[in-house]
Amino acid sequence: MAKFNRAKKKGAPGISTASLPDIVFMLLFFFMISTVMREVELKVQVSAGDLPKATEIKKLEKKSLVSYIYVGKPRRQYQSLYGTEPRIQLNASFATVTDIRDYIISEREQRDEAEIPFMTTSLKVHQETRMGIVTDIKQELRKASALKINYSARKMD
Amino acid sequence: MPRRETPEINGGSMADIAFLLLIFFLVTTTMDVDTGILRQLPPIPDVQQEKTDIDIKERNIFVVLINAQDKLLVENRFMKVEDLREATKEFIRNELNKETLPEKEPKFIEELNKEIMVPKGVISLQNDRGTSYGIYIEVQNELVAAYNEIRNEAAFEYFGKRSFEDLTENQQEAIKKIYPQRISEAEPKNIGDR
Repeated sequence: MAKFNRAKKKGAPGISTASLPDIVFMLLFFFMISTVMREVELKVQVSAGDLPKATEIKKLEKKSLVSYIYVGKPRRQYQSLYGTEPRIQLNASFATVTDIRDYIISEREQRDEAEIPFMTTSLKVHQETRMGIVTDIKQELRKASALKINYSARKMD
Repeated sequence: MPRRETPEINGGSMADIAFLLLIFFLVTTTMDVDTGILRQLPPIPDVQQEKTDIDIKERNIFVVLINAQDKLLVENRFMKVEDLREATKEFIRNELNKETLPEKEPKFIEELNKEIMVPKGVISLQNDRGTSYGIYIEVQNELVAAYNEIRNEAAFEYFGKRSFEDLTENQQEAIKKIYPQRISEAEPKNIGDR
């Protein structure tokens, strides 16, 4: 005998949200892994927009082997103390050219001996800086025999 | 006494917690990859070595000067940055074997198993202490670009590949032997006084 079906509810059935946490967790893990917290607070003005542009740029591989040297005008809150002339920042503090050698040595001590030849120094320099200070840094790096350097630059479209 | 049932924890708010964490990481994330022009600095010469300077013929040197006003003087001619790449390429290749452009010498390239005439050109870059960093990088970029373009063309000529990056490591070595990147930077001078 034929059954009479009750009139079916029309419209799409609601999507189960039970797997929503899984999807969110997946995204969460992705961001947790890819995240890099900024280690140092910049005291000089070299944000990404202040770097020079270039076309022939390469990606820096092995971030753990890169040490950074920042050069630029001190940020506004430090200008009363350090003036407006471009200054060097190593780690989290202002430095002079002569400090670079100690900085390189201390960076080397933190790494494995086998990795030292692959260490790179990345110069993040504001594009309006005069070359004098950059040349002094380069001379100092040569003296410390940290010869692999990278002039940090943005991609030119 | 009857054992009391522990009530099940409601999992519905798990998504909210995960979202909260997700948003936190989204906000703090900086996915900046550091990019730039890689260079190798020359080592400090030894005291004894300094006296035996290598003589390079003038026709083999391509002199690029940048002054404190960010103006370029290339081989004693004023030049715009935009024209530098072509001039550099012409110098490095010396296709017409001109007298004024660098000499070539035959060199046996193992990877190709034949002798190739390799030009001996060296680029000498000199800047003032007053030169701005922006223009310095622009010039460096043009010089590197000239080399890269030449290497790409050589990759096509010898191996039939569109770009240098597509070659195997061995083939890249061969091209590097034919066109070694020779950019020398002289000790800076302070003329502009800024």
